[in-house]
Formats: sequence, structure tokens, C-alpha cells
Amino acid sequence: MLAGMLAVMSNRGPDSAGFAVYGTGDGDHVKLTLRSKTGLALDDVAGRMSLELGEALRASLRASHLVLTLPRAIEAPARAWLALHRPDIAMVGAGTRMELYKEVGLPSEVVKRFALAEMGGTHGIGHTRMATESAVTTDGAHPFSTGPDQCLVHNGSLSNHNSVRRTLAHDGLKFETENDSEVAAAYLTWRMRQGASIEGALDSSLKDLDGFYTFVVGTESGFAVLRDPIACKPAVMAETDDYVAFGSEYRALVDLPNIACARVFEPEPATVYAWKHT
Amino acid sequence: MPTVDLAITPLRELNAMLHKLSPDTNETHWDVRNPQGIHAIAVGVDAPVTIEVGGHVGYYCGGMNKQAVINVTGNAGVGVGENMMSGEIHIRGDASQSAGATGHGGLLVIDGNASARCGISMKGIDIVVKGSIGPMSAFMAQAGNLVVLGDAGEALGDSIYEARLFVRGSVRSLGADCVEKEPTETDLVILTDVLKRAGFNGEVSARDFRLYGSARRLYNFHVDNISSY
Repeated sequence: MLAGMLAVMSNRGPDSAGFAVYGTGDGDHVKLTLRSKTGLALDDVAGRMSLELGEALRASLRASHLVLTLPRAIEAPARAWLALHRPDIAMVGAGTRMELYKEVGLPSEVVKRFALAEMGGTHGIGHTRMATESAVTTDGAHPFSTGPDQCLVHNGSLSNHNSVRRTLAHDGLKFETENDSEVAAAYLTWRMRQGASIEGALDSSLKDLDGFYTFVVGTESGFAVLRDPIACKPAVMAETDDYVAFGSEYRALVDLPNIACARVFEPEPATVYAWKHT
Repeated sequence: MPTVDLAITPLRELNAMLHKLSPDTNETHWDVRNPQGIHAIAVGVDAPVTIEVGGHVGYYCGGMNKQAVINVTGNAGVGVGENMMSGEIHIRGDASQSAGATGHGGLLVIDGNASARCGISMKGIDIVVKGSIGPMSAFMAQAGNLVVLGDAGEALGDSIYEARLFVRGSVRSLGADCVEKEPTETDLVILTDVLKRAGFNGEVSARDFRLYGSARRLYNFHVDNISSY
């Protein structure tokens, strides 16, 4: 369903696309989604790492991305091994259930490359990008992930991202890009690390992030939506007994099952909407 | 009665057919199916025809409309009826932002709610919303009537020039230079007429509404020119 939604939105954001899928997972294992920044092959990574760390791990290669599933106990050594032996590899996302894929190119093509239509899960978040603030690169594509099982997509532009980035970097958050949306993702991670719920973190972003935005944020258990106080950027939601869906406009939702009977509405400005999978 | 299925016929073809209609056309009733949220459906029509759209429409539906009656069974995206000149647009569902923006004339009726900036910079259009409207509605409104049976969001009528804003429910807050006014008999006659044109037959009384308008402190208003409005 997400694949279809992204394909429809290709003409809103033709530069690049990305998506996070919350599939299966358990508390004992962690999933790392990896990508080579220089395009080096990834097919030997799992074998070498497994051999040297002495632990069996599962690997699934989808186009340019590799998802490693490994025992949580060896997450730190695995990250260290990657940093040492494969400095070309970027950690696209990490978590118990989240897998994150993004790439430059027409969204309908990107979706096909990663075979999104074949994936399953409780929820997923996708984005098609028309870059305004930073370069069209895979690093600049959304979603941005700065914490475990957390990801964010953003439509809009933040004006105080440089000063917020400095504050967050001071508190130990790592940034891969000059992108304003990555700052929003890191800000929420920072707040949640301090103990805030996703709703609380978004609420405080109303005060601390300046600019215009519609954010959609994914966590292990669900997703949340926030629009800036003057609702600069569009958003439409559909709710049925079976699912909740978000799109920048209704066209993204037209192919969803039973959409004709869904409750379709626009989220209010400066109001946090959150859904949890139970 | 021409039927156009937008799942088959490209939008440009539909709009081109509508633009070609002459004032005395016999094809006065059009049926448009599968709008699927497509943008710019039936924009720039200038003929006395009725267009029935079955489903949800995208942005700018019926923009710049002259003479035509456009009925939409579903919701409308951003800017429905923007800059319309005359005719009538009726949305059975909800409308997104900026409904009726800069409209010069005609009637826009929304059975559900309209979100932010409803009637922004309206210039003579009549807008009737049976539900509620979002924040910043009637921003810089210049002329016409905005009638809301439900509530209005924040900053209603901010920087308003001249327009009548009738709200039956509550108003979250008024924008700069917008004030509540005591409706005159003329105001009530105008409101009654708009309600009647929107299909009400006396079940809603003009006296149940409160009137908001310009305090005229933000621009160089000369009372000698009042007859122009």
C-alpha cells in the first residue's frame, strides 16, 4: 500500500524517496540497516563480521541496502567492527523492528528497486522529496533516523536548524548532513532520551523549532503527526476500523482499501496526533 | 448528458471540453466520475452548465468559475473555488485550506468543515460553511459574506478591509482590526438572502448569528467612500 502511495506522490517530490518499515523483530536482536556511501559491495559484510565476532547473524540484501539482524549483546562490537573495517558504510537506521531504505531517483523506481511492495509490517512511513534546503543526495533523503526505531519525515523548512544542531551536537547527537530535517529528527530523539513520550517531544518542538513543517514520526509502537501553528504545509488523514493513513494530499490515499468509507480529515495546526499499535 | 470518467479521460481533455462550451450550449449537464483527488478539475469554466463530480477532488476545483454550477459529492482539496467570479460551487464533504480564496462573486457552499484560511482575501464572493472553519479565515477579506453555522478558529478576519463575517457558533479569537458589530436590518436581509440561496428554508434564523467586520483602523478609510463598498 505504501508503495502505491509513494508512486502517486512522485510528481510532488521527484528527486528521491525513502521509507521505513516496522516489520518483525524481538527484544533480543537488533536490526541495522546499512548502505555504502561509496557504492562498495556489501555482500561480504555479514560473513566477515560473523566470522570475526564469532556470532551467527542474519543478513538481507536489498539493492544498495543491507539489513543485519544480530544479537543485541554484540551491537556495540558490531558497530565498532564496521567503523574500523568498512568506514564507507553509513548506518541508515537501527532498531528492533525498523528497516530503513532511501535512495536518489524517481520514487516509483526507488520503491521497485527495494521491492517495498513485498515487505510487511505493522506500520511504515514513506517520503518523496523535492529538495529546497540541501543537496539531492541519498544522505539528504528522508526518513531521517537518529534513534533506535525512530524516524522522521518532514515537509517544510526550519529556520533555526543551525543553532539547534549546535545545541544537540554539544549534547552528543551525531549528524550526517547539513539538512534541517535531520535536526528535527535529532531534536525528538534528544527529547525522548530525556524521558519524553513522542507526544511530549513533539509538543516541545512547537516551542523550540522555528519554521514551517508537517512532521510524521515513526516509533517502534506507532506514529505521530504534527503541523506547525499556521498549518503552512498540507496534511490529510484517513481513519478506518482497520488502519490509519497519512498523506500530503488525498491523491496519496485514493488506492487504499475502503477509502470511500474512511473518515478523511485534516489535522489541526499545532496539535499532536499519535497512534499506537496495540 | 456527457459523462466523463477521469480514470480514463485525461483531466486536460475534460477541461478543454468545458472551456469550449458556448453560452447557448445544449450540453448543460455534465457528469464527472472518478475524480480521485485530481487537482484543477473544472477550472475556468465560463458557461451556464451544471457539473456533477462524484467523489473527492484535489486542489483548486472550480477555480475562476463563471456561471457554472459545480456539485462535488466528496471533499475538496486546497483552494476550492479560488478566484471564482460567479456561479455556484457546492461541496458535500469538507474543504481544505483557502476555500473561496480571492473569490469575486458567486456562491460557495460547504456542507462539512473548511480548514484554515477559508475566504482569504475574498473580494465579493458569498461563502456558506455548514460546519466550522479553521484558523486565519477571512484574512484581508475585502468584500462579500462569509457565513459559518459552526465555529471559527483563531484570528478570524485578521487585517480585514470590508466583508461581513457571520458566525453562529463560537469564535476562538479575532484577528487584528476585526471586531464584533451590531447587525443592521440591511445586514440581516443580506444574510437571510445568502442562507436562502444556500438552500435553507427558514430553518436557520439570521438572528442566531453574530456579525464581525472591520474596525477600519488599519487602513486609510474615508467615510465619504463608503457607498463604494
